[in-house]
Amino acid sequence: MSEESRQVPVASDQDVVRVRQLVRTVSVEAKLSLVDQTKLVTAASELARNTLVYGGGGYVEVSRVRNEIRAGIRIVFADQGPGIVDLDLALTDGYTTGGGLGLGLSGARRLVDEFVIETAPGEGTTITVTKWCR
Amino acid sequence: MERVPVLKIGDILLVSIQIDMEDQVALQLQEDLADRIVTTGCHGVIIDISALDIVDSFVGRTLATIASVSRVLDAETVVVGMRPAVAITLVELGLSLPGIRTALNVELGIEMLALSRPHLDVEFDDDEDEADSAAVLAP
Repeated sequence: MSEESRQVPVASDQDVVRVRQLVRTVSVEAKLSLVDQTKLVTAASELARNTLVYGGGGYVEVSRVRNEIRAGIRIVFADQGPGIVDLDLALTDGYTTGGGLGLGLSGARRLVDEFVIETAPGEGTTITVTKWCR
Repeated sequence: MERVPVLKIGDILLVSIQIDMEDQVALQLQEDLADRIVTTGCHGVIIDISALDIVDSFVGRTLATIASVSRVLDAETVVVGMRPAVAITLVELGLSLPGIRTALNVELGIEMLALSRPHLDVEFDDDEDEADSAAVLAP
């Protein structure tokens, strides 16, 4: 299962940059293809920014994982913010409560292989994404 | 906070983004560019993103805003040097950057600006022009 994991707190713009750098490093170590590295780092950037802007900060944990057939990278984005009231709406392209483009959550989901979101009003949000090596 | 430098070359402002920008740095660039367009009167802006290994929705939106603001200030923006993997990722993310003109590299970007503004002074073929006018005046 999880070989090693690294955690980064997310409390500022600089931390979002740190998350990108960490995900890039781990993607290279895991030998993801260049396009998959780019997709995963981009998805991580979107989700880490959400953790900061909507969740009021939290942490990101990056780990190398392995199932029966493949190796991959799993990233957890966790905050103790207000949670998401209407998840379907939040996952719709173009919907935003923050003045952005409304592509962060829906776009990030398209860029990874697995996307799991746990949230409830007042309970914070935890998003777990996985990208498998091809 | 780091800052992205804006260079003036002839009638063009050239921005080469060489760092992984914090969101605040991108917003600062947007302001700096608007100021420089007004103070220099330049009619062309080239943003080189060949050093960026990702463009997320925030940077994408900032580029689109820069292009719109420049247009309002009578300048054309061309984004150049996007990496193939970045283009694939951007489209999959859902951002196709409508309203942004792109070129493969700085040289082609300058050509594009020169075509859209025949009077743009990029200081390349000035000598030729002078030779022409000299020839007309000679006899």
